[in-house]
Amino acid sequence: MFEDIFKVVTKRFNDGDNDEYKPPMFKCPRCSQTSPLVRYEELHRVCPKCNYHGRLSARERLQITVDKGSFHELYETMISENPLDFPDYAEKQAELRQSTGVNDAIVVGTATIKGSPVVIGAMDSRYMMGSMGSVTGEKITRAFEYAIEKSLPVVIFSASGGARMQEGIISLMQMAKTSGAVKLHSDNGGLFISVMTDPTTGGVTASFASLGDIIIAEPKVLIGFAGRRVIEGTIKQKLPDDFQLAEFMHDKGFVDMIVERRKMRSVLSHLLKLHEFDKKEV
Amino acid sequence: MEEKKTAWERLQIVHTKGRPTVKDYIPMIFTDFHEMHGDRLYGDDKAVIGGIARLNGKPVTVIGQVKGRDINENKSCNFAMPHPEGYRKALRLARQAEKFHRPIICFIDTPGAFCGVAAEERGQGEAIAKNIAEFMAIRTPIISIVLGEGGSGGALALGVCDELAMLRNAQYSVLSPRGFASILWKDASREQEASEIMRITAEDMVKFGVAESIIDEPLGGAHNDLDKISENIYEYLAAKIPEKCKKDIDVLLKERYTKFRKIGAFIE
Repeated sequence: MFEDIFKVVTKRFNDGDNDEYKPPMFKCPRCSQTSPLVRYEELHRVCPKCNYHGRLSARERLQITVDKGSFHELYETMISENPLDFPDYAEKQAELRQSTGVNDAIVVGTATIKGSPVVIGAMDSRYMMGSMGSVTGEKITRAFEYAIEKSLPVVIFSASGGARMQEGIISLMQMAKTSGAVKLHSDNGGLFISVMTDPTTGGVTASFASLGDIIIAEPKVLIGFAGRRVIEGTIKQKLPDDFQLAEFMHDKGFVDMIVERRKMRSVLSHLLKLHEFDKKEV
Repeated sequence: MEEKKTAWERLQIVHTKGRPTVKDYIPMIFTDFHEMHGDRLYGDDKAVIGGIARLNGKPVTVIGQVKGRDINENKSCNFAMPHPEGYRKALRLARQAEKFHRPIICFIDTPGAFCGVAAEERGQGEAIAKNIAEFMAIRTPIISIVLGEGGSGGALALGVCDELAMLRNAQYSVLSPRGFASILWKDASREQEASEIMRITAEDMVKFGVAESIIDEPLGGAHNDLDKISENIYEYLAAKIPEKCKKDIDVLLKERYTKFRKIGAFIE
């Protein structure tokens, strides 16, 4: 998995000293420049210096994307078992459910975007690096099956380090399960818009996230199959800074468009409307 | 009878020099093998071999990951780590098989998809994802056999099938035990511990519903008797392929989807 690249530098003033007040700062993992944290937060976590689009929680993502009050969560009580009896896995998850307020690495449900109905999912990188295990795989699969049943488009915001190591081979099989469901939805004429956010890597890149009819990425986010350090270890060379960023994948032809967060809702709405027609009229 | 071995002991067998590779098996199991080359998009990846052959007289498509038997072979086949064009060649041959109603036999034997600059530039993630999704709907029977190493998404890209068989000592895993140890514990030397905790043996795969069958290896491992292990694989295929071909294709596809659909460990 990837190192936590969210390094928020907070400098607080020492009480007792008469130092000048220094506001909390954000240090960008892309350009390494610092900006006031409030400014970064105001921009919905976009670096004011280089336009890197930082990480949002699943609920924050849904909140800025769907119409107010339109979101109805599906399968929200589902939680993971511990198929390998992996030490501390159950305890770690219980803690994460508490601290993050999500039950696994994705939240799915139905909503509208500027009036257009969708089945929508948002991954949460705070939950074990957004890794895909049984619950995330099952929720994505069900989301597509639900969309087939109701003839709805699907929008998924990916943010994941890949397969969930602690569930071993069961995690690997989630790649097959989710991809199978995407294929079925696609063969039924369904639209799938895959939005890659920071980071989209490993088993998620190698399954449903790369299978969108339309693939969108946010600026400067990490997209790739293999980890940067693994590749550097293989080739014994340092990789260029822009390697595996959204712009790189766009240049190579694996991303249709790079869309800024402030325009995402409106772009999604336009794309959804372009696919809304009465099939009987064709 | 095979004595009970630990995952670690089996890994040593899988890595024994002289363990048969797909290139050893093809002439032993099939007749009339004609190799096909290239993905028609970029190039020909020698980490993946594919072609048409006869099994018990009937045409089949054979696709497999190629391990080298010496350093020169390994250089040429990149230690069985395919690039995107390898997966795309596999998909092309699978579609060809579908068109001509030939069943498909996939031999999995890879540490994983190649991790490198060119692989990323040409869309390793997309190539694997595409194979997984498309194989789910290929309208002809597919049988996959893990010969030695079934490493990660790079293995799964040839592993979406109607039935998966494991050679007795083969492993199938989300990541190599070494990689697993270095990611989770930041200590690659705990490889042996990882191999035991990860549940990667043939028996584990049957238990999890990932594999349906186990093909026995000669005493001590496949390298001890190529004739015997080839015969065991042949007998398995000669029984399974006609059984799958008899099924209505829509029923088969539904069962293929369900096989993967039901894997997961969760409560609501």
